[in-house]
This record gives sequence, structure tokens and C-alpha cells, in this order.
Amino acid sequence: MGSKILIADDEPNIVISLEYLMRREGYEVEVARDGDEALSMIQRDRPDLVLLDAMMPGKSGFEVCQAVRDDDRLAGTQILMLTAKGRETDVAKGKALGADAYIIKPFSTRELAEKVRSMLGNEP
Amino acid sequence: MKKTLLHRLVALFCLGWLLLSFPLLALWDHPVRVFGWPLLPAGLFTIWLVLIAALAWFMERGEG
Amino acid sequence: MLSAPLVIFTAFAYLVLLFAIAWYADQRAAAGRSIIASPWVYALSIAVYATAWTYFGSVGRAAVDGIWFLPIYLGPTLAMILGWVVVRKMIRIARTYRITSVADFIASRYGKSPLIAGLVTLITVVGIVPYIALQLKAISSGYAIMTTSPGESSLVEVSWWQDSTLYLALALAGFIMLFGTRHLDMTERHEGMVAAIAFESLIKLVAFLAVGLFVVYGLFNGIGDVYAQAMADAELAKLLRFDTGGHADYIFSQWFALILLAMLAFLFLPRQFQIMVVENVDERHLKRAVWVFPVYLLLINLFVLPIALAGLLFFGDNGANPDLFVLSLPLVTGQEALALFVFIGGLSAATGMVIVEAIAVSTMVCNDLVMPLLLRTRRFRGRQGGDLTRLLLMIRRLAIVILLLLGYLYFYLAGEAYALVSIGLISFAAVAQFAPAALGGMYWKGGTRAGVLAGLCAGFAFWIYTLMLPSIAKSGWMSTDFVDLGPFGLAWLKPEQFLGLSGLDNLTHSLFWSLFANIGAFVGVSLWTRPAAREASQALLFVDVYNRSHDHQPVFWQGRARIEDLKLLATRFLGPKRAEQLFEARPGPPGQGARPDRGYADARLVQRVETQLAGAIGSASARVMVASAVEEEDLGLEDVMRILDEASQLRVHSRALEDKSRSLEQATRELRAANEELKSLDRLKDDFMSSVTHELRTPLTSIRALTEMMLDDEDMPNEQRQEFLAIIVTETERLSRLVGQVLDMARIEAGHADWHSTELDLTEVVGQAVNSIRGRFEEKNARLEVHTERPSLPILADRDRLVQVMLNLLSNALKFIPEDGGRVDVQMTDSERGITVTVADNGPGIAPEEQPRIFEKFHQLDEGRQRGSGLGLPISRQIVEHFGGRMWVESTPGEGARFSFFLPRTSGASAPEPPSGRPARERNEHHG
Repeated sequence: MGSKILIADDEPNIVISLEYLMRREGYEVEVARDGDEALSMIQRDRPDLVLLDAMMPGKSGFEVCQAVRDDDRLAGTQILMLTAKGRETDVAKGKALGADAYIIKPFSTRELAEKVRSMLGNEP
Repeated sequence: MKKTLLHRLVALFCLGWLLLSFPLLALWDHPVRVFGWPLLPAGLFTIWLVLIAALAWFMERGEG
Repeated sequence: MLSAPLVIFTAFAYLVLLFAIAWYADQRAAAGRSIIASPWVYALSIAVYATAWTYFGSVGRAAVDGIWFLPIYLGPTLAMILGWVVVRKMIRIARTYRITSVADFIASRYGKSPLIAGLVTLITVVGIVPYIALQLKAISSGYAIMTTSPGESSLVEVSWWQDSTLYLALALAGFIMLFGTRHLDMTERHEGMVAAIAFESLIKLVAFLAVGLFVVYGLFNGIGDVYAQAMADAELAKLLRFDTGGHADYIFSQWFALILLAMLAFLFLPRQFQIMVVENVDERHLKRAVWVFPVYLLLINLFVLPIALAGLLFFGDNGANPDLFVLSLPLVTGQEALALFVFIGGLSAATGMVIVEAIAVSTMVCNDLVMPLLLRTRRFRGRQGGDLTRLLLMIRRLAIVILLLLGYLYFYLAGEAYALVSIGLISFAAVAQFAPAALGGMYWKGGTRAGVLAGLCAGFAFWIYTLMLPSIAKSGWMSTDFVDLGPFGLAWLKPEQFLGLSGLDNLTHSLFWSLFANIGAFVGVSLWTRPAAREASQALLFVDVYNRSHDHQPVFWQGRARIEDLKLLATRFLGPKRAEQLFEARPGPPGQGARPDRGYADARLVQRVETQLAGAIGSASARVMVASAVEEEDLGLEDVMRILDEASQLRVHSRALEDKSRSLEQATRELRAANEELKSLDRLKDDFMSSVTHELRTPLTSIRALTEMMLDDEDMPNEQRQEFLAIIVTETERLSRLVGQVLDMARIEAGHADWHSTELDLTEVVGQAVNSIRGRFEEKNARLEVHTERPSLPILADRDRLVQVMLNLLSNALKFIPEDGGRVDVQMTDSERGITVTVADNGPGIAPEEQPRIFEKFHQLDEGRQRGSGLGLPISRQIVEHFGGRMWVESTPGEGARFSFFLPRTSGASAPEPPSGRPARERNEHHG
């Protein structure tokens, strides 16, 4: 059975590319357009991995990450943070809040696919 | 000392001196009684009291 | 009557209580918790002015002369009106130069002259002895009337060793020695004594008010009743008028003289100087005391006239002594307890005066009469010799005993001849002789030592001749011939009608001649003589005492002084402990301090030692001692001027230094603020960079991801490929737009933007912008309408920039209007000052807290799905502001937003470039 991935980003064109990439890799994909939507979908659909943009309207990616980590029932949800800011502090902040991995935009699609695969245990 | 206080005190001193000497004092020298008091002591004590009140007002005003 | 043992026991118990209060106050002072550090206590202690003379004598005088008892209290009231000016200056001078008596005050001012100090002391002793006699007389007659039954005569002749007054005098002397000279450390204040005096003032006031109330309301039906009965009696009614004697012509000048006399005496009586100046704890206490003390005087005089009238009405002509009405009225009406209390009040008044006076005068006698004589002997001038503090105390104690015995002697010889009031006035007149020298010295730099000596001698001589001798003659101790006929029968020399000046009463006459001679000689001789250097320097220090802070006092001394010698000197007079402290605490910059390595003291240290010595032995004696201990160079007038000059230069320099340090502090503050600003600018720049990075990376992300995927996936369907390519194109456009805006922004902010101002029509500019964006509105099915009042709105501005502003506002509105039924209205309004353009949409609106922030760079509203660069609004605002206008937003959430900008009609002219329309690179002064 394929893993379920939630894409949470407010940039429509980035969502389009991510969605295409993940489907091509064989994952089941859902999309959230802002932080609040992302959090409620995580709680409802329990995705295996969340591609979480750090800067979103409503709740920011950092806040969503913190909320997920505070909720014991969501312990199995892996989080891969995406950020365009790329400042050291942002990376450190994401890690501190419990993100499993961090990728800076713009990213290489191959590298991203590789990372997702390794996080989900090589198994689409 | 602020100049205004100095000036006020000097002015009050001059006023007191005038009120307490002749000829102004002779104004009170009549065999009349006011509120049971003969006019002369009543006048003297009144002037005295007014001078003290003014002095107290000058000195105490402006204190924190 | 009361039994003698009861009265004596009560009086003794009262004195013990006083001593306990003094002891307690001293304990508290030693513990650092002074109980006299209050303006109220200070004012009460000043009320030592009201002596037995007031307590008994005022009623006596009122019974004879009516209202004439009052000037003695009106004078001090007037003096206190200027107290904050005059007394404060006396306090400041005395504190700065460690002056402990009125003799020292005058002597110190005129070159620390021992001769003046001695003369002032002599006048004081001669003048004050009768006053002390008066107090003894008051207690003695009070005691007599208390312990004899009304019928008996109280004037039984007794020999002097049987006279209880002698023992009273001796008891008081012992008491005063305990009070005033217990401390070895004489420069300190007498806290215990002051506390006891304040307590005594309270007791005498309460006692006098008590007897007043008793007489007025117990024996009569209130004050009105007393006055009514008195006015009904022709004789008594006279007391309520000015003219009570027959000397109608001169009553005005007599009234004036009494007020003046009381005013001067109040300032320069030794006990008043001691309490007001020497014992003052804090200059600020004076501020309240100047009016509280007159209130005290008013209260204690309130019942004087009623009691006098009541006594006269009550006793009729049976010869009761009016001086003792306050005691005899309660006694004959059986109020013995009240009488005893009133007696204690009188005892308070008398002892208070005697205590303070004796302490003050004994200090003067010791420092200004005995010390200079002792210092003339070889033994004291020598540099060796042990601790002299005990000797000083012994001299003072002896002086107290002798003073009281003199008082008793005067009482014994002359006491019965005169009423209380007359004796007191004689003393007042003697003390008033100090006024010209002291007041002149405080405010006139021209007074000289010779002038003061001449003035004091002349005044004192006239006082003796016109007042003292006649009073002795009238007491029966010498023939009155010279009073009645003039000395050697020379009528024009008659002491009470000098040069034939008649009509004045003897007091006014004496006061006039003595002060006339005093002031005349003082001023005349002062103007004629040149002051010595030390007189000139002391004059400067006294008159300008407020002008100098302690550190910048000029030091009028030059010479060589070994620290060892100074230390030895200080130890002899101050005791080892205080001497040690004096040399340890040496303030001041190191450059000016002593040079201990070479064992020599500088001028400042010498002066400090002299000032401290002055506190112990008087300034004149201190001067002599210091001069004998060190090698001095004589000070010339030129030296005084030079030292003064240096001191004022020093003051100028120190002021300049203060100014400089203040401006340095200011500069530091400014630098710190600038640094803070830079830091916050740095943070802003950091945020800006981070935002730009974000905005650049976002489109790059899509472009890179999509191209990589197209590259990897050769089998991608063509439609998919087309869709991705379209996205890539959009994102590339977005990128180039962003880069353009960032550069634009940077140029505007740095002032490097190109502005091409021309005369243009704003309606046309708006039309151009609207036409270029109308297509995008139609795509979204939105309505865009332009409203204008006039067909043409001319303005001087840059066309392209204004189009840019309009496009920014319109595309901003386009983003937020709803998908369905969107509507944007452009409104142009014209006013005298300029043109306002408003772009109103029917979008979701902007929350009030967001409104100020939307013009910040890269600020994006959370709600926005469609994103711009976040630079459009800031750039627009900068453009509008460049033309002297402003841009703002009004919005109610849910009802759309209205963005407006205002351009002044003179915008082109106000812009910092010539209105020629010539393209110019120029710096933008509005931003940076």
C-alpha cells in the first residue's frame, strides 16, 4: 500500500510541481493551502509524511510542526520542512521544533524524491 | 533663593511696617467696640494675624 | 497660699523633668536620631524670646500703659518676615566659618579682631546682667506671692545669705553647667538644651493660655465682658487708646522706636543668636519657623490685655502688683493648683532665658575675653602643652557661675526699684548696638574694623550715659542731680535731654542718640579708613557667602605650615580624637591636597584647622593660635585681590569643566542612540534581505522543479508540458518584475531615481493606467469606473511614475475584489491645495491593526491568495511623497478598502529639482 503524503504550501505553482513529482513517485497525495487547513488534514487523514512550507498564511509551518509534535497521536507523522528563506536560524528553528528533515527552496527534484524515499523506508 | 520670593518678603515687610506705624495706626484709635473688642487691640491683632498668614502663605507655597 | 515646701518641691521636680528631657534628647542625638530636627521644635525653641519679662511683665506694662506692651512682639514679627533673607544668611555664615556667638560673628567679619570680640562681649555682659536679674526677680516675687498669705507683706528684709533668690541663682548655675558644658566637644550643638527649651516654651504658652481663659471666662463672662467693664471705667478706657500718658507729641516716634528696638534685639540678643543661628539643625527649618514663631507670640499675647484689665477691675486700687496678676488672680480666687501651674510656666520662661543666655554668654566670655588674655601668656602661646579642652570647659563653667552671681547682685542692689519692663528694655537697647556692625557687615563690604570699634564705643557710651546711669541713679545708688540738672550743672548735657532734646521718653531718647552715634561713627570711620587685607578678605567671605560653594572658597592664607605643628595645635584644643579626624578626612583633588611626603600643609588645610579651632575658641583666638604655630607671610590687599581672582578663575575653570563633562555625556548619549539606530537599521536590512531572498526563491523553486521534471520525464504528455511551460513563463515574469521593483526601490531610497517632471493632466494619466489594466478587469468580470469633477487636472509631476502608482493601486485592488461582482471605483477630487485620487474596492477590507503596516516592504496580508512582491505599495507611497504628497488607506473590514493619495498642486515646485522638466539625477531629501 502506498504511503500518503500531504503537501502544505501556499504557492500554487510550487504545489503543482510538488504534486506532480510525488504522484510520479507513486505516493498518494493531498494538498493543503494554508497552515490551518494543513493541521486539520494531518489530524484527520494521518499522512505518513508532510511536505511543510515554513511560510504560509494562517498558521506558519513552524506552528503546524510544533502542534503536530505536541500531539502524541500524531507521533508517526514525519515532517519535511521547506523554506525559501534559508537562513541558519530558520533551519535550526525547524529542527528544534521537531522537523525530521529540512530542504531549502529551490530544491533539486531528484534530491527531494531521494529524501522522501529514504524517510518512508524506500517503499513508495 | 528665587527673586520673586525675596521681592515678596521685602514688600510684605514694608507693608507690615506701614500698617503697624503711624499714621495708619491712628485709624484704629477710637473708643468703639467690634465683636466685644475695643477697636485698637482688635485692629492691631488683626493686622498681626494677616501679616503672619501672608508670610506663611509665601513660605509654605511651593514646598513639595 | 501654698506651703513653701510644696512650691519648692514642684519647681525642683520640674527642673529634674527638664533635665530628663535634655538627657533623652542627647541620647537620641548620639544615636543619630535627633528629636529636635523639626521646624516646629526649632520655632518653639526660638520662643525663648518670651521670657519672664513677657510672662509677668507684659501684664504689668499693659496695666499701666495699655496697648504699649505690643511693639516688643511686633518687632520680631517684622524681623521674621525678612528672616528667610537675613537670618538665613546669618546661619549660612555661622555654619561656613564655625561661628559660635554674636561676638565672634562681628569680630570674624572685621578681620578676626580680638579687640572687637572683647568689646562686644563686654557690652553683652553689662547689658545682659540686668536682664538675668529680671528673671531672678520674677521667680523670687512669684515665689513670694505664692507662699505668703494675702495680708502679709512679702517684702520682709532679709540678709543676703538668707535670701532664697541667691540659692535659686546658684541652683540654676549648677543646672546650666550640667546642660551646656557637659560635652567636652564644644563645637557640637546642645541638642538636649534645645529640646528642653522647646518644652519650656510649650509649658509657658499653655500655662499662660490657661490662666487667661480662667480669668476671662472664670472670673468674667468672656473677653467682651472684660472689655465692656473696662471701657465703662474712664481710667481704664484710657488703656485702650494710644495716648496713655501725657506725651502726646512724641508717641509716634516712641512706638516706632520700640518696634525697631525689639526687631534689632531679637536678632542680636546672645540667646536668640545661640538658638536661631548656632543651634539651627537645618537651614530649611527656618522656612516654617519664620511664621510659626510669630504665631506663638500672637497667642501668648492674646490674653495680656484682658488679664491686665481684669486684674485692675478685680483688685481696684488696693495696690496689688500688676506684674503678678497672673498669679494673684487665681490665688485669691482659691485656684491654687492653677496658680502653681502658672508659677511653673513663669519658671519655664525665666529658666529658659537664663539657661540659653548663660550658655551663650559664657561661650563669649571664654572665647573672646579670657582666651585672648590667656594666649598672651607664654605658657599658652608655646607649641607644647597638653590637652586644653578641660581648661576651656572650666572657664565656661566659671563664667556661668559668675554671670548668675552678677545677676543676683544686680537684683539685690537695684531690683526693687524698677518694673520688669524697664529693665528688659535697657538690655534690649544695649544689644541693639550690635546691629549696625553685624547687619552692615553682612551686606556692606566697606565696613572696617576701625569703623566698628568707633561705632560700638560711641553707641555703648551713649547707652551708659543716657540710659544705664540714670537708671542706677533712680535706683538710689547715686545722686540724681546729674540727671535732673545735668553734670556739673550743665543743663545741655542732661542725660535724658541731651543737647536739650526733650519730649522723648528716656528710652527713645537713648536709643536715638546711641544708634545715631553708633551708625554715624561706624559709617564715617569706615569710609575714612582703609581696611586691612584680612578685613577685606573676611568682608568678601561674609557678604558673598551664598555665591561660593564650599569647595571654591578662596583661601586667604600664605606661608609655610608643618603638618606636625598643626596637628599638635588641633590636639590641644579639640582633643586627640577630633584632631585625628580633621587630618584624616582631607577632601579635594590630589593636586591641591597636602603634601604629606614633605610634611607641609597647604593653605586649604591650614584654613580647615583654623576654622575648626574657631568653633572651639572663637575665630579671633583661633587666628592668633594658628599664626603662632606656623610661619605666615603677611597678606597684603593685593594678595587678597590676587587670591580672590585665582578663586574665581578656579570657579570659572571648574564650571567650564562641568560644562565640558556635561557635553561629553551628551555626546555619549547621542552616540549610543546613533549606535542603537544603526543596529536597528542593520536588523531591518537583514529582514529585507531575507524577504528578498524568499521572494526570489519562490518563483525559482517552481521553475527549477518543473524544468527538472520535464527534463527527466521524456514521456511527459504534451499538454502537461505546455501547462508547465506556461507556469515557467509566468514565474519568470514574476521574477523580472520583482528584480525591477527591488532596483526601483533601491534607487528611490538612495535618491538616485530619475524623475522627469512635466506639466501633465492627471485625468489623462489615470485614464492611461486604467486603459492598460482594463483587460485584466474584464477577464475577472469586474467593473472599473473613473469619476472626476473636472475634465482636466493639471499638475507638475513625472508621468511614468504616476502611471506606476495608479497601476500598483489598481492591480492591488484587482487582487482583492471577489471573483463575482467585483467593483473598483477611481475618484478624483480637486481642492485648492491639490488633487486627491481614491481607489476604492469592494474586497474583504483590511483590519485596523494591519492598516499601518501595509506600506511596509514585503508586508503581505495573510488573506491574500494572490501574491505580489510586497513592494508595490511602499514604492507608490515613496513616489507620492517625493512629490510632496501623502498616501493612506481607510478601510472597514468586510466593506472594502479605499487607498488614496494626495498631490499638492505645487508638487513640482516643492520637489527638489528645478521645474524645467529637465531630466536630472538628484538626491531625494524626503527619504534615506
